[in-house]
Amino acid sequence: MEKSVALGDTNLLTEAVNLRRIGWLERVLGPDNYRVIQGLFKTPASIIGFVLITLFVVVALAAPLIVPPVTADPYKIPRDGFKADPQPMMSPWTRNAPDLPFWWKPIMKTDQWVHIFGTSQGQYDVFYGIVWGTRTAFKTGLVVVAAALLIGVIVGSISAFYGGIVDNIIMRIVDIFLTLPFILAALILAAVLTPRIGRSLIPSMVALITFGWMGYARIIRGDILTIKERDYIMAARVIGVKDGRILFRHILPNAIFPTLVLASLAIGDVVLSFAALSFLGIGTEIGYADWGQLLSFARNWIISLDRYWYIIVWPGLTLTLFVMGWNLVGDALRDVLDPRLRGKS
Amino acid sequence: MTAYIIRRLLLVPLLLFGVTVLIFGMLQFLTPVERSALYVRDIPKTEKALDGVIKKYGLDQPLYVQYWRWLVGTKDQITGERNGGILFGDFGFSRVGSQPVASLIKQRFPNTLDLTLWAVAPVILVGIWLGIQAAVHHNGFIDQAGRIFSIVGASFPTFVFGLLMLMIFYSKLQWFPPGRLSDWANQVVLSGSFRSYTSLLTIDSLLNGRIDVFWDALKHMLMPILTLSYINWATFLRVTRSSMLETLRQEYITTARAKGLRENDVIFKHARPNAMITVVTLAGFTVVGLMGGVVITETVFDYPGIGKAAADAAAQLDVVTVLGFALFNGLILIIANLVVDIIYAVVDPRVRLS
Repeated sequence: MEKSVALGDTNLLTEAVNLRRIGWLERVLGPDNYRVIQGLFKTPASIIGFVLITLFVVVALAAPLIVPPVTADPYKIPRDGFKADPQPMMSPWTRNAPDLPFWWKPIMKTDQWVHIFGTSQGQYDVFYGIVWGTRTAFKTGLVVVAAALLIGVIVGSISAFYGGIVDNIIMRIVDIFLTLPFILAALILAAVLTPRIGRSLIPSMVALITFGWMGYARIIRGDILTIKERDYIMAARVIGVKDGRILFRHILPNAIFPTLVLASLAIGDVVLSFAALSFLGIGTEIGYADWGQLLSFARNWIISLDRYWYIIVWPGLTLTLFVMGWNLVGDALRDVLDPRLRGKS
Repeated sequence: MTAYIIRRLLLVPLLLFGVTVLIFGMLQFLTPVERSALYVRDIPKTEKALDGVIKKYGLDQPLYVQYWRWLVGTKDQITGERNGGILFGDFGFSRVGSQPVASLIKQRFPNTLDLTLWAVAPVILVGIWLGIQAAVHHNGFIDQAGRIFSIVGASFPTFVFGLLMLMIFYSKLQWFPPGRLSDWANQVVLSGSFRSYTSLLTIDSLLNGRIDVFWDALKHMLMPILTLSYINWATFLRVTRSSMLETLRQEYITTARAKGLRENDVIFKHARPNAMITVVTLAGFTVVGLMGGVVITETVFDYPGIGKAAADAAAQLDVVTVLGFALFNGLILIIANLVVDIIYAVVDPRVRLS
């Protein structure tokens, strides 16, 4: 119905409403959701955000081209020896150096690998860790957000759809999960799980999922509560559509969009929390390409950080730019989604 | 008002139950051997001793029995001595701290409280001031700068910020050291002549008339305070700004301006009190958060509060200790949230009527 109006096949309507041309994207998403997407590309800040995110996506995808893996497990940072002290930037890479990638000779003008960003303690190459750590970041971010979103949407939908006592109980459970500070709660669960599962990405990821779904549950619940009252839902009920079908076919598709967008932008925060856990000493085994762990090495060199500045500045800058990319887009999104600010700018 | 407080109080046992169940649930990931640290000092070494401990403390019983025992502990039939029982303040034995978790908390908590005491003013007052300035000069320079600051602030990880501070102010300039006290000051505090009145080092040193120790303690807290300020300013700025902007749009403000009041009076006497209502809650939660120990900040600066204690225990996988801290944290949060909610209802009548 909307489509026929949008295409403007009645002249009368066209003149009266002065219809715009509607692109395929708007037709697919519907006007409200399209407005959100449009808002995301409007401000310079959010465009910078998108550029940053794209850059990191490229680095993650092209990691084997930027620094070819040395061992069978590309996430293990190759070590140039076993000396404790970090080595300065641009020092030659003598042992376990990767093959020269295609860009090396034109840019670096030598045939010899050097530690572009120096090495951290134990001679782990910082540059390698940053490049492959980008993959780790996306991997953890995407999995955690997807899983937390799934749990949040299921719990929130059930809560909102059935209402009453069910809603009340579920929302109290959400309150309980929110009582402990997020990072402490995640730290505890990761510490509990590590002896069972072993040091890997999984304990931290499970911990971040377990204490990360509540926000989505609350948002989707709110959106469903408003959609539930619409006439077409009543119509579906009247003709005897089953609960599950109403929820999944009629309510969710109309309510889920803001939650989806918010979730996708939460990747920055998730990566930040994951790095924080790594920094506190929970998470992957030593030498895994992971930004948080690279930063945690710096804790052992606090007295001489002025000399070894490169072991915090480069990984720190990378993590900050990554999170900032998502935050810049997220900030634009908040403006678009906040109904009180709508139409005021 | 009474009805509201009663309704709010009824929520407390529910939250307590929920949080204890949550933590008890996490304990179930441990083997009975590891869980025996909840009740006994030494983890039993031999098979026989182990069986004895498991039997004595019912670590093989159904979950609800174990949960109850975890809450109230067990009483020795002969000596009448109580073992375990979180309700009686026994959180088990800390392997990392080689002392009961409760006494570890008692030892570390004053440090966290001390930090909170000195961090509150810079964190909250400056944050609110920034927010008001941003709102009053809406879309002006301060507002834009504040906006950039709050985005950058939210993206700059605490631990990276902390490490950079250490790099500049400690290893380069040697101005502010990490830790709690310098060695000489520590010796003063541990000496017999230094009396402990409150366990808060800054207060005690003043009461003992040792300005040098006071200054030393403060110097060690400066970087953590700056870091905490920087983390929280972004939030305070954003909340105060939007609350203030909303208030400034209301009609009574227009009325006040129409009466010919000076702009300063309009902003600070008429708008600010109303705008502060939301901010008060945020401030309450921030103080509570600080009291609960700021895990990352304390760890970066090696500040021996309960946050660092929890992080250290977690890094060494001493789960009983970590869960003890979580429990303590949960208790503080539940009680403090209650207080904040009630204060909120006193300040804003709209809350208790809804």
